[in-house]
Amino acid sequence: MSAITSDMLLQSLANAITLGSLYALVAIGYTMVYGILRLINFAHGEIFMMSMYFAFYFVTAAMLPWYLAFLFAIACTGILGIIIERAAYRPLREAPRISLLISSIGVSYLLQNLAVVLFSGIQKQFPPVAMFQDVITIANVRIQKLSIYVPLITAVLVIVLLYLVNKTKIGMAMRASSKDFETSRLMGINVNRVIAVTFCIGSVLAAVGAIMWGLKYPKIEPYVGTLPGLKCFIAAVIGGIGNIKGAVIGALLLGFIEIFIVLFFPALSGYKDAFAFVALIVILLVRPSGLVGEKIANKV
Amino acid sequence: MKKFLTVFLVLAMALALLAGCGSTGDGGGGGEDSDVIRIGVFEPLTGANAAGGEIEVRGIELAHEYLGDLLGKKVELVKVDNKSDAVEAATAASRLVENEKVDIVLGSWGSTLSIAGGDAFKNSQTVAIAASATNPNVTLGNDYYYRICFLDPFQGTVLANYAYKTMGATKVGIIYETSNDYAVGLRNFFKNSYEELGGEIVAEAMYQTNDQDFNSQLMTVMAEKPDVIFAPGNYTEAALIMKQARALGYDDIKFLGGDTWETPPLIEVGGEAVEGCVITTFFDPDAPLNDMTTTFVELYREKYNEDPAAFTALGFDVYLTAYKAIEAAGSTDSEAIREALKTLEVEGCTGSIRFDENGDAIKDTAILKTVQDGKFTFLDTVKID
Amino acid sequence: MSKESKSPYLPATTQKHKGLSRTLSIVVLAAFAVFLYMANSGKILGSYELRIIRLCGVYAIAALSMNLVNGFTGQFSLGQAGFMAIGAYVTSLFIIPTAQKTAMYYVEPIAPWVESLQAPFIVALIIGGLVAALAAFLIGFPVLRLRGDYLAIATLGFSEIIRIFITNMIPITNGSLGLKNIPDTANVWWTTIAVAIVVIFMLRLMKTSYGRSFKAIRDDDVAAEAMGISLFRHKMLSFVIGGFLAGISGGLLASVVGAITPIYFRFTLAYEILLIVVLGGQGSITGSVVGACILTVAREWLRFMDNGFSIGPLTVPPIAGMRMLVFSILLMIIILFYRRGLFGSNEFSWAGLLRVIKSIPQGIKRLFTRKAKAEGGGS
Repeated sequence: MSAITSDMLLQSLANAITLGSLYALVAIGYTMVYGILRLINFAHGEIFMMSMYFAFYFVTAAMLPWYLAFLFAIACTGILGIIIERAAYRPLREAPRISLLISSIGVSYLLQNLAVVLFSGIQKQFPPVAMFQDVITIANVRIQKLSIYVPLITAVLVIVLLYLVNKTKIGMAMRASSKDFETSRLMGINVNRVIAVTFCIGSVLAAVGAIMWGLKYPKIEPYVGTLPGLKCFIAAVIGGIGNIKGAVIGALLLGFIEIFIVLFFPALSGYKDAFAFVALIVILLVRPSGLVGEKIANKV
Repeated sequence: MKKFLTVFLVLAMALALLAGCGSTGDGGGGGEDSDVIRIGVFEPLTGANAAGGEIEVRGIELAHEYLGDLLGKKVELVKVDNKSDAVEAATAASRLVENEKVDIVLGSWGSTLSIAGGDAFKNSQTVAIAASATNPNVTLGNDYYYRICFLDPFQGTVLANYAYKTMGATKVGIIYETSNDYAVGLRNFFKNSYEELGGEIVAEAMYQTNDQDFNSQLMTVMAEKPDVIFAPGNYTEAALIMKQARALGYDDIKFLGGDTWETPPLIEVGGEAVEGCVITTFFDPDAPLNDMTTTFVELYREKYNEDPAAFTALGFDVYLTAYKAIEAAGSTDSEAIREALKTLEVEGCTGSIRFDENGDAIKDTAILKTVQDGKFTFLDTVKID
Repeated sequence: MSKESKSPYLPATTQKHKGLSRTLSIVVLAAFAVFLYMANSGKILGSYELRIIRLCGVYAIAALSMNLVNGFTGQFSLGQAGFMAIGAYVTSLFIIPTAQKTAMYYVEPIAPWVESLQAPFIVALIIGGLVAALAAFLIGFPVLRLRGDYLAIATLGFSEIIRIFITNMIPITNGSLGLKNIPDTANVWWTTIAVAIVVIFMLRLMKTSYGRSFKAIRDDDVAAEAMGISLFRHKMLSFVIGGFLAGISGGLLASVVGAITPIYFRFTLAYEILLIVVLGGQGSITGSVVGACILTVAREWLRFMDNGFSIGPLTVPPIAGMRMLVFSILLMIIILFYRRGLFGSNEFSWAGLLRVIKSIPQGIKRLFTRKAKAEGGGS
């Protein structure tokens, strides 16, 4: 194989950061929900998919300008998250955790089939927005403006989230609930409300991620959420599920692995997805709590 | 709450059972002497290939509306969704021939699905005609499966010839979809004939269905400075590949692709990036091959207010072929239809259709198209002997 | 189909009916066998219905395999799709005639040792199961140290890795082109007898000390370990047997369908099997068999929904995918409101059936008086 030039390396670096930040946005959603409910929300990828459709229809059918459309789409996704929590997870609050897991698989199945009926299986194109998709060149590295915005948005959202979780009252309630439902309830915390808020935030993050994703990879179909959902979930586990910073680190790492494996070992590019899973399993075995996760042994 | 739900569910089940029996009862009594001819449509209407299935079904429906009665009987379309899934496809095929008792089957998009359904058609001795399944294995060893499109080996040869002779490319890079049987096959046939012509495949990279980031693949392939990139695969991924290539600054590299690219979403998703890519196809609405092309394009524009995709044209033709075959046979008997198909020549909107002893359409010409100003435009015809 | 009359929940008086139960079971089984015989000779059912019955059998074995690991041993594994893929590929490679194999591998020539593989169906099936069991054994070493949802993800990950390898090892597996012309050996007899053998095996297994240990680990692994049960050995045993059964079901599936591709064995297949287990009841052998039959038949039967239908004044236009939507809503209702599934962790018995029938009038009465509170429990 030919030599890899420094331009290629820089370009790949930029690509990896973009991809990693995209993963991060969605991974945080997983981590938030897991942190409180100890639930792997298998339906997260489908929430992601639904928000892409919301954005699409707000732009094409409701003819809204893109910023309003995206805002409405994010709001709708937040509401969808609350509805899903209310309908599919709250009834199982006292059930074994595996029942929750099964319910989330059921929701994911349901949302996919719902999308097929509502939006048909024909792919749609995510509405383009020029200000994100223009390309700029810095020192021979060509990047879409989006690639600069995505890490910025991710960083801002992470800071907001960390503030929310660590400094506000609802954040304190979240942290308390994540340790122990019963005690939190006794302390006067409305656990149901806390969980609803968490789901809402998780879904909003998925929506932001989905919109950025759509701007970068403009394809919408009912199954579009499955793979990003799985990848971001892996990212969250690698970083230490339940931990916001961990999710970001895991996501960036996954982005780097995927981009650089194909770059350095093109012959292995067919196995690319396998590497993500191998990384997942290695992490689970060596450091089950993830790269930066805290010990949660007593919860299991 | 739960008790009510139970009662509700039981009632709903009972109602649904009635509805189910009612709806199957309508057409249940098919068979030889009935006064309707039942044509099975075996396509993926949901799942990963739903878009392809839908595009083909549009053509089938259009032809169905246009052609009307056959042998003095009404023609009924029986659509069965094969869910883009091999197991469902085998069951769906079986349902069409056994339960729905269709007289002939059309479809499916996706060779894998056609192959999975093939056994059911063979065992029940029902003629099936595929519109767009280009994999040789579909008709190989199956006397009841026919197809009206060209095959992947032919397509590979056409593209290799075009790249080497017309474009003057001596170095080609390939980016293909490993998890897609069609792409793997086409890449193989292209590679063989291109290397036979004297060209060199300088780099190859792979991706998987549903991948969305191709930057690394593009960079590794472009590092070998190919004249052209051949990228067989689904149109969605292809559009993203071209988009990302332009974003990386590879503005001049030309892309070659197969027949699957010719769908409106390629241009919708790819935008300016897909301008200038070259594809093989069977049909061009702006260069009518015969009256049928004109009729079809007019009908389609009237109904959908846009230009038809090549696969819609194939859908139209596959219905037309089935129609003409039954007409020529004078009955819906499978053996009579097969006998008729031996000599039948149909003027379809994608050109004239005849079958060889394998059940494959005899085609020697392919149309090459390019994307210009956001539209697929005619580029060249290539004849291979 | 199967019977278990020694349920601890039944009062002693039912022991009297044991003889009766046995007679009933034999009569029903014999009737079923006659039915199958007639069906298979094409007298009652067409090949479409037969295919559905065969698929029921295939999914029943897959569900039993998952139930053994998830329902009986309490280890939430989502790796069944991968083991099924191994079983399907190995079995197929042994039974596809050599000449057809050679013709099929046109992208890369077939590896000579793969080309020469040939075995009768039963041998091929068992080899398929054994290779899948071996894979389960190798995967089990690292993975079974994990618990709960971590185990679920790790097994799901391994199942995807298996699929990715199958997609890429073209000289052996023909990659994404898949295999076709797989002989249609597995008729209704094959699948039904396979289900029967697996059911009997599972019933026996659950009565051995191994089976009891599995349940003990499921109910409380700390206590089980304290009682001297080796957690790892028993989890591994359950996982390997589960792998073997999944491999067998994969092999049968390949023969029923006739053509396989790697895409079919995506992790979503494991979800579908999981839904069967949940519907039937985790920890119920009868449940898995019945659940597999219900889901497989329902999916086909709901097809009329795709073509539009009307219930009374309500008319639903034809929309592709309606069938799967209704199907998934029904599943969701079961997951949420009938969490224990049809059978809970019980098995079928004639006495139990009698009890259910007897309780129906009472249930209806209760419903209308609205007095009684829901007591939970599905069956």
